[in-house]
Amino acid sequence: MFVWTVLLIVLMAVIAYWAGRTHAAGLVTAGGPRLHSLPSYHGLFTAAGAMIGGLALAIAGAFVFGSQSLLTPVAAVIGAALGAFPLYSKSSLDFRARNNFERVVLVLLITCSAVAILTTIGIVFSVLYETLIFFRSVSPIEFLFGTHWSPTGTPASFGFIPLLVGTLLITVIAIAVAGPLGLLSAIYMAEYASPRLRSFLKPILEILAGIPTVVLGFFAALTVAPLIRSSGEAMGFSVASESALAAGLVMGMMIVPLISSLSDDIINAVPQSLRDGSYAMGATKSETIKKVVLPAALPGIVSAFMLAISRAIGETMIVVMAAGLAANLTANPLAAVTTITVQIATLLVGDQEFDSPKTLSAFALGFVLFFFTLVLNYIALRIVQKYREQYD
Amino acid sequence: MTEVRDELVKKRYASERRFRFYGAAALILTALFLAVLLIDTVIRGIPAFHETSVEVDVNVNAADVDPANLPGGNYDKMIKEAFRAEFPEVTGRANQKALTALLSTGGADALRSMVIADPSIIGKTVTVPVLLGADADMFLKGQLTDQTIAPGKATLHVARLEGEEGFVLTGEKTGEEAEKQLGLATGDVVRFQGGAVRVTGMQNGYLKADPVLPPDAAFSTGNFDAGQWDIVSFSVPQANRRINDNQALWLDKLKQDGRIENSFSWRFFQAGDSREPELAGIRGALVGSLLTVLVAISLALPLGIASAVYLEEFAPKNKWTDLIEVNINNLAAVPSIIFGLLGLAVFLNFFGLPRSAPLVGGLVLALLVLPTIIIASRAALKAVPPSITEAALGVGASKQQAVFQHVLPLALPGIMTGTILGLARAFGETAPLLMIGMIAFIADVPQGFTSAATVLPVQVFLWSDLPELAFKSKTAAAIIVLLVVLFALNAIAIYLRKRFERRW
Repeated sequence: MFVWTVLLIVLMAVIAYWAGRTHAAGLVTAGGPRLHSLPSYHGLFTAAGAMIGGLALAIAGAFVFGSQSLLTPVAAVIGAALGAFPLYSKSSLDFRARNNFERVVLVLLITCSAVAILTTIGIVFSVLYETLIFFRSVSPIEFLFGTHWSPTGTPASFGFIPLLVGTLLITVIAIAVAGPLGLLSAIYMAEYASPRLRSFLKPILEILAGIPTVVLGFFAALTVAPLIRSSGEAMGFSVASESALAAGLVMGMMIVPLISSLSDDIINAVPQSLRDGSYAMGATKSETIKKVVLPAALPGIVSAFMLAISRAIGETMIVVMAAGLAANLTANPLAAVTTITVQIATLLVGDQEFDSPKTLSAFALGFVLFFFTLVLNYIALRIVQKYREQYD
Repeated sequence: MTEVRDELVKKRYASERRFRFYGAAALILTALFLAVLLIDTVIRGIPAFHETSVEVDVNVNAADVDPANLPGGNYDKMIKEAFRAEFPEVTGRANQKALTALLSTGGADALRSMVIADPSIIGKTVTVPVLLGADADMFLKGQLTDQTIAPGKATLHVARLEGEEGFVLTGEKTGEEAEKQLGLATGDVVRFQGGAVRVTGMQNGYLKADPVLPPDAAFSTGNFDAGQWDIVSFSVPQANRRINDNQALWLDKLKQDGRIENSFSWRFFQAGDSREPELAGIRGALVGSLLTVLVAISLALPLGIASAVYLEEFAPKNKWTDLIEVNINNLAAVPSIIFGLLGLAVFLNFFGLPRSAPLVGGLVLALLVLPTIIIASRAALKAVPPSITEAALGVGASKQQAVFQHVLPLALPGIMTGTILGLARAFGETAPLLMIGMIAFIADVPQGFTSAATVLPVQVFLWSDLPELAFKSKTAAAIIVLLVVLFALNAIAIYLRKRFERRW
């Protein structure tokens, strides 16, 4: 029925367009006064009326009769006729059809851009709502400061600290990998590489950036983790089969393109005159980079790191596949840890009971995650705004 | 004085070279990681694009097929009987079971479709390719164990024990001497003249062996010179692999007889998911991905372009538009799993849309890629010089006419590039779809936007989680398909950028 309704509304709109257009064109007499708007605008205006009327009655019909009812498309047709007719009869020689139609378009554009806001509101409210229900059964103090996490145990405990520590551990490893690699490759690409080499290097980073995280997770779990395990054991360490190190390393490689492309842009934005000044004083290229370019680009680089951290905290698939489920409170990178995102994913895959704290705790974790990334993004934005040096 | 200066300059130049080397090393390391990732995946995945089947002469027994109900015939039984008939020497329930376990549970499908296509073969004997099970398949591809065949070094004398199922092996000498001379140890498999026996140990001073693949019934004793017999050994002990020695030898014999067929696995692209690795395919996931991305893009593209046009061309500078802009930038950085929570709470719980449906997946992905598309579209619109708008306004166009008839068409290649990149992102996204139930095991190819479905990245995740070794290869193969689609999308985006990009 849905498809039929939509098709009928479109059909009605086409009819309305044609009717409005011919009607307006028929108003013109040879040698007489001209129309204010082109006939097609009269048609478009009438069609807009048909669309709005049809959609409104179709939605109302879907609520009243049920979406599968035959009456819904009928309601849509009636709505379209009702919406189009007053506009059709309105058109006259000096009717400002174009201005009216453009007003409709503007309202449509504003509505579309409001979707972004609606999404944010939707996220905040849906997550917040379930979180508040969760806090009815588990106190926020226990959630935020408890050191034991076992949502399926009896009695269930919801201490969030082990997850936070696990997330931070993997994030630290990831940034320790991605930070130097990303920054150094950005410096090399921006300062040393010839345009030819650059056009060859850039796609490599772009390909890496485009690889889905589920692929990286598979690689981390099947290739990197066993490699780390066997080499760690050869050196006499005891390594968990799902170590934080494996997940962190691969996540770091995932973030390299992010840091490198952001830093690359920032380094390129440092004006050449600064470099020339430094060279004129006799500095070598690396001295110029270290003492002049990087300090000038620092706010941007810090903000790139903030975004990278936020990305690492929110990354799901790599840790789901390569990090464990055991909520160990440890800072040992060779042990298995779990993260916020892993727990959200495992708690919500499978049976969901929206009256049990087990399912609801995932929303509380989601809220914390959303809050963290929001704060990090905000800081990144503020740093750039506040410390950016205006050169021009 | 100059010496000190030279020293310093040398040092500074060395540090310059070092720094440059670090940068190059970082890039090389990154490229190396990417190369290892891709090569590793391809090596793992390539075997899954091939399937092995065995040719079996099947007598299509009229008693087992009802001409009125051709698909319901007992083809499984026919195939198993025919396959057992290939190995008459295999007796005993356990052994026969091990023999038919080599075949896939879907092995009868080929015969069924043959009979349905041509019912006249009922009652005749036909040669049918029967799909092998995943373990047999992997053994033949060499993924389970390495098999070494060492030709015998001395003359071997084999004699059948009277009244017993067993053989005695001797060389020119007997007993432990023979063992040493022939290079045999307990557990070794010795092949000769189409038969194979396994050494069980010393008995009464003789080397005794049990038949695995008995030679002809007529065979009672024989001498084999060096080179006429060989010792087969496996790198992985029998207990640690899913194919036992007997099964391995049967497969070897089939292979030597030229009965094993290795063909491109169209099944991988034509079948839905399955619990049996050799029957599982990605058709369902591909169709699911297509439907999901279709919903996502048909929502996100108009919404994204409309938002971008409004914000870039019409929006007054005020608090409201600032808010929208901050919002969009924030949404672009929100973790994707949060969008999954949104979909679960709003689309499933509040609006009551069906779980696991491409419709819901598409809605979630649309919201996910919307910020990307808006940001890309705005950049494309911004790149169109204001002189275009001004010229249009100058000849009497309204602002909307200028934007929709002149600026937007010029910005369209840029918008399309951004959209395709957003599409690629939606195609590879996994986490939010787990939340809305697209992770269920679904064997059927989805029929519409509201039927239960899964998508390719989720299929990768599902398969990677399964314990069977054969699914690891399937996972890698699915990843290869996923990456090929993504690279194709990116190539289109690059082509569009190169072909239509205009610099003013």
